[in-house]
Amino acid sequence: MSVAAPQGLQALRKLLGPEGLIERAGGFGPYECDGLSAYRARPLAVAIPADAEQLGAVLRICHEAELPIVPRGAGTGLSGGALPHPQGITLSLARLNHILALDPASRTARVQCGVRNLAISQAAAAHGLYYAPDPSSQIACTIGGNVAENAGGVHCLKYGLTLHNVLGLRGFTAAGEPIELGSMAGALDSPGADLLALAIGSEGLLCVVSEVLVRLTPKPPEARCLLASFGTVTQAAQAVCALIASGLTPAGLEMMDQAMTRAAEDFVHAGYDLEAAALLLCESDGAPETVAAEIEQMRAVLQACGATRIEESRDEAERARFWSGRKNAFPASGRMSPDYLCMDASIPRARLAEMLAAIEAMQTQWGLRCANVFHAGDGNLHPLILFDGKDPEQLRRAEGFGAQILETAVAMGGSITGEHGVGVEKLSSMCVQFSRAELERFQGLKQAWDPAGRLNPGKAIPELRRCAEGGKLWVREGKLPHPELERF
Amino acid sequence: MDSLRSRVRDAAAQGQALELVGHGSKRFYGEAPQGQPWVLSREPALCGLRAHEPAELYVTAGAGTPLRELEAQLGSQGQQLGCEPPRFGGEGTVGGLIATALAGPARPYWGGVRDALLGLTLIDGRGELLKFGGTVMKNVAGFDVARAMCGAMGTLGLITEASFKLMPIPQAQVTLRFDATQDDAIYAANQAALQGLPLSASAWWNGSLLLRLSGLEASVRAAAKRLGGDALPVDLALGFWNGLRHQSDEFFAGAVRAIQAGSGVAIWRLSLPPTTPVLKVPGEQLIEWGGALRWLVTPLAAQAVRELAERAGGHATLYAALDKSAPAFTPAQGAEAQIRARLKSEFDPKGIFNPGRLG
Repeated sequence: MSVAAPQGLQALRKLLGPEGLIERAGGFGPYECDGLSAYRARPLAVAIPADAEQLGAVLRICHEAELPIVPRGAGTGLSGGALPHPQGITLSLARLNHILALDPASRTARVQCGVRNLAISQAAAAHGLYYAPDPSSQIACTIGGNVAENAGGVHCLKYGLTLHNVLGLRGFTAAGEPIELGSMAGALDSPGADLLALAIGSEGLLCVVSEVLVRLTPKPPEARCLLASFGTVTQAAQAVCALIASGLTPAGLEMMDQAMTRAAEDFVHAGYDLEAAALLLCESDGAPETVAAEIEQMRAVLQACGATRIEESRDEAERARFWSGRKNAFPASGRMSPDYLCMDASIPRARLAEMLAAIEAMQTQWGLRCANVFHAGDGNLHPLILFDGKDPEQLRRAEGFGAQILETAVAMGGSITGEHGVGVEKLSSMCVQFSRAELERFQGLKQAWDPAGRLNPGKAIPELRRCAEGGKLWVREGKLPHPELERF
Repeated sequence: MDSLRSRVRDAAAQGQALELVGHGSKRFYGEAPQGQPWVLSREPALCGLRAHEPAELYVTAGAGTPLRELEAQLGSQGQQLGCEPPRFGGEGTVGGLIATALAGPARPYWGGVRDALLGLTLIDGRGELLKFGGTVMKNVAGFDVARAMCGAMGTLGLITEASFKLMPIPQAQVTLRFDATQDDAIYAANQAALQGLPLSASAWWNGSLLLRLSGLEASVRAAAKRLGGDALPVDLALGFWNGLRHQSDEFFAGAVRAIQAGSGVAIWRLSLPPTTPVLKVPGEQLIEWGGALRWLVTPLAAQAVRELAERAGGHATLYAALDKSAPAFTPAQGAEAQIRARLKSEFDPKGIFNPGRLG
């Protein structure tokens, strides 16, 4: 704790009152972790500012008192990005939850960072609009968190990620100075290096966002989904490539393998084809004549790729049924195994079949099962490695399995994270994807925004010595993965 | 690549400024270039296609690759860059595209340069070769440095190659013309976007509103029927949008003539919220991007234009003029200006890349 910390806490008490500052350990429970509950810590205190003005003041006090700050939205993150700092202040942005303006004519909404993703769409529905990026946690996650993680979802194949749907940000630097990036009025271009792109996905390391201007999308009048069965995972993966290559951009293109389908079926009773080695969910949305033409074209491609069965949703209830298993994949996985590691890697689509075969082989190698459910159209995999957490040996193997998947993804030209972020979970894997010089530039960039290093320290960007020590980096038979990369 | 890195290291050691040049087609844009010109389009290591995976919808090309070469290759596979980059006088390179982030008529509908970019490699001011982003659609590892290079005017590093997301060339395209005042045009273009019609470009000039629809045959036909207006013959439509995209049409040609004749006008590029009402200024105006881009050819003083843009919630860029004493870009303020300066020193500690080009 810094020397000035007690004065800082005193100033926060005065500013926020008892309802805005939690200092008792008994009150820390909900703030001890995010969606990655394996990592837990207690902060010095939790500050809950009521508005942007208080938020700025909290940051200025923490700056003076040299207190680390961990910003936090709804806590649905999956990589420990909101894990408290034991000597720092967890900054809950939950009370900044107002939709400030909604302008149908320019198709934008100006919202506070604590507004839930789904709440934006609900408010925009009256105007026939919605906010397109739809992470699985959209019912709970906040737009500020989405910005911090550059969140994606099923719709992102066609409508883009958070990055493509945010026009401006307003917030504060670590020192509590106001800052505005992009345009909060809805202009498309800003002069100079694109700082808005830099802030999006920066995992709370560069600035604290208080307001977001999002782009709204007209709600498509119709949506229809095809559910296609394949006899092999390879055929399903090839169908994904063929669909994209045919010039179509599905509104959603998701895959589930047999293990996942069976678990999901037990859970939701969607009537899935349990004999299929893999299922593809392929959706079209838009004007009725567009949907009709696209569905016909999609069906032809799926058939040509060897689909053994294709079902087409006839109404909204049926479409919801098709999606029910996909949407409940994670809770359904609980039926297969007491514990699982949910991985998040991104690879070129053309290598999906190869990757799935590699994962299959890894199951034998590590003696653990792995179920797959993922955003096939984006090449964004979510292998679920099943293990029994009571057995430390199984946990060790599960971690090794996971690390090997990530290394394979990088070797294929992919990324160690497609949408969950690095947080604390993947710090060591950053050393696989980036060279020393690249990591140094990341550190420098962090300093350019936050010279004292107070915003979410220890997350997203590894300390250089961490990579030097190897961390969790997996060394096989004495050989480092990717020897061509510079190590230190 | 090693020789390029050594040249950068030498320049850094000697504190010698370098002007990074592709084809020089956008040399007029921004502040006056300084330093020793380095023509990157003549560096073999920086030129040519590295990979084009049509089924994957991405392309990787050296930064010195001419856009016309890149786009000819993509076109042969029925694909294109969604940002429709301008090629001034038929020139322009991949590196220049990223550095200026200038996008064409489809910008509000298919995204800008940053939206199409997936990753890049660059040589920073220390001579290090760095890779950010990649070729995959989703990647949230580390800060998005690749996209940050968009609009940096080459001040942060020498881009060596870049990967872009591609889109299929739409099956069908129709351009509709309507008689319209500026007011009506701004309203109509925004309403069409609000209704979810497959718009891919919009422009108003000289009493005409033009809306381009792109997509599947059936959806374009249905949308055209809903909108009404006169469908332009295909060649005429193509000529119009190309003229706008590459700024070879009468509006820009006329503006350049007026500037050269010493009439005291300048071309301003205003990036504004799309629903900004008609700007009451002397001179000529052309509207693109459903109202979000306003071109002004006006004798109005720089400060007045900037205030106008600021009041509307946007900013103004002095695009072309004889008198370039006013800053080209709206200057950054406060914390943002500080961050920009520190970013520059992080990536280019000796200040050798395109100094002053951004103001």
